[in-house]
Amino acid sequence: MSKLEKFLRGRFAAALMAVLVGFAISAVVLIAAGYNPISAFAALFHGAFGRPKYIANVFIKATPILLTGVSVAFAFKTGLFNIGAEGQYILGTVLATIVGVKLNLPMPLQVPIVLAAGILGGAALGAFVGWLKAHFGIHEVITSIMCNWIVFYLCNYVVMSDTFHKPNSSSALAVNPRSYTMILGNWKKSDAGKEFLSNIPWLREILLKTDLNYGFIIAVLIAILASIILTRTKLGYELRAVGFNRDAARFSGISVERNIVLSMLIAGAFCGLAGALAVTGIAPHTITLLAGMEGYGFNGMSVAFIAACSPLGCIPASILFASLIYGGMSVQQTMGAPSDIINIMIGTIVFFTALPGLTPVLANMVAKRRKDQENVRVSKDGTPLPEKEV
Amino acid sequence: MFENLILLIGITLMYSTPLVFGGLAGVISERSGVTNIGIEGMMVIGAVAGASASYFSGNPWIGFLAAGACGALIALLHAVASVSFAADQTISGVAINMLAPGLALFACRRFFDGAAMSPIAPKLPKILGEKGLAGTAYSSLNVNVTTVLALLFTVAMWFVLYKTKWGLRVRAVGEHPAAADTLGIDVYKVRYVCVLLSGMFAGFGGASMTIAIISQFTQTAISGHGFIAMAAVIFGKWTPFGAYGACLLFGFTQALVVMLGGGDFVIPSQILSMLPYAMTIIVLILFVGRSVAPKADGVPYVKGSR
Repeated sequence: MSKLEKFLRGRFAAALMAVLVGFAISAVVLIAAGYNPISAFAALFHGAFGRPKYIANVFIKATPILLTGVSVAFAFKTGLFNIGAEGQYILGTVLATIVGVKLNLPMPLQVPIVLAAGILGGAALGAFVGWLKAHFGIHEVITSIMCNWIVFYLCNYVVMSDTFHKPNSSSALAVNPRSYTMILGNWKKSDAGKEFLSNIPWLREILLKTDLNYGFIIAVLIAILASIILTRTKLGYELRAVGFNRDAARFSGISVERNIVLSMLIAGAFCGLAGALAVTGIAPHTITLLAGMEGYGFNGMSVAFIAACSPLGCIPASILFASLIYGGMSVQQTMGAPSDIINIMIGTIVFFTALPGLTPVLANMVAKRRKDQENVRVSKDGTPLPEKEV
Repeated sequence: MFENLILLIGITLMYSTPLVFGGLAGVISERSGVTNIGIEGMMVIGAVAGASASYFSGNPWIGFLAAGACGALIALLHAVASVSFAADQTISGVAINMLAPGLALFACRRFFDGAAMSPIAPKLPKILGEKGLAGTAYSSLNVNVTTVLALLFTVAMWFVLYKTKWGLRVRAVGEHPAAADTLGIDVYKVRYVCVLLSGMFAGFGGASMTIAIISQFTQTAISGHGFIAMAAVIFGKWTPFGAYGACLLFGFTQALVVMLGGGDFVIPSQILSMLPYAMTIIVLILFVGRSVAPKADGVPYVKGSR
């Protein structure tokens, strides 16, 4: 097998192909609508990477979808479809806000407790869905979707409740500043910090003009953790066994019910953490009245699918999607082309990741051409043959 | 009391109509063995196509047909991926759910000078005309014509699936495609037709929201209806009438929310809004037990594979 052929049979080539086709089809749509695709993509790229603060914002945007992506990927590897990532994320934000508002401890205690509250919320919701599947046989997709909407209204209820509503606004009270997880959050606003930063313009821009926080680092660690759980532990083996063949798993003494609940619990915990990190890490540090689903769970699905449900693959995939989503906003600002083109692009990319047969076909073509060439030049014992004998 | 009851029935029928179309979309696709998570997206396409075509042509029926056609067109993507390319149907459906709202809004902004919603479009008639039963206690029973169409399509689908040769083929393909294939049934063709029909019904569902219940396309016109319809399909055990009943139940709980929200109840509206969703879970726990999907649902068929 040649190097090119090996590459084409790999997962990376499939993902790359999907991204390229995504760009190509969006270009066609843009041309059909009368826009210049080259300048649209230039605006997209500039909007995502043009300035230090844009790059910082891409990482901020990548944090929640990396975690929800890892969640979907984790559940998928164990045979479950976590379409409820959205609800688990929202419940994470709600519980983190409730605890963060009511509690005011020293920072080393406050931050872990607030994050734990979010994790607990997501995990509990995930486990509930898993429990419904394991004990009543109700498909996790239905219950997840129902839970998404229940949590959606719960969020709005908490925002509007007397205890948590911030007067004259559409949001709840912000969590106590001791719960914040921004990088150098206090220092960067102090006089010493400001003076130091005034000498380093790019660092100043990143730290002062964005809510750069520890979220992405934590999310990367979680992705690694998820990968280790799945491939290096007994727990992960059991989870995957249940996903791969339920009957065989049961026969070998694995509790199927327990593992379904556990898998959804872990997947939910990741989403809950994503929600909690959004509250502690990004202004306005609270929950606001939701008009529609935020899309973190659904974007997480795209991330997971383009990463072929590998938790580690979710890391680059989340950065890709975050740069598309964040950079896409400037396409509308600079060109007037509807930024919905980004959703078309993401949809196309995900659509083509569903077609696994595309790059192997290319690989077959490469293999065939090589074989033809070999037939031309090489006889059975490998010695080159003169041209005319063929 | 009596008037309230009539009103409750009227609102139930109104809210359940788009769901019934979505449910039919799910039933026909899944009975042929193709999971369709993309119903939501197909409904969004139908919603924008219906409102736009109705606005530009001035005839809501053209809007309704256009919605079905555009729904089928977007479903063609799902069919190509899941039937011809043996793709992961879940992923393909999710992709359609991402693609469709983008496409719908993109089209809407192109048609209507950058606006994210369409202008007011002509609506489909009610069964007894605009003024039918007006002023009487029964006025809310003058339902949209789409409500009746939804019921007719449900009966028709039941008839086709269970009483005709073609329906038997669809069910055979959904249960055991290889066996169907050996009997000379073209599995690919049956699945293509079913997925396209699924898209058409979903498109109708979207239009029954934007040119019957409300009269324009907005970003939130379809918000979760397709997913609820999916739940109704499973709840209804993959049968047309089962799905219809499930959608009615769902519409009923939504109507309850509307009615209770209007009264002097102490329950906050957000908590009330959870009712339909919580009710679905409770009903599933109590009554349904393990519902069994068509055996080959979600499994791509590759000719000749064992």
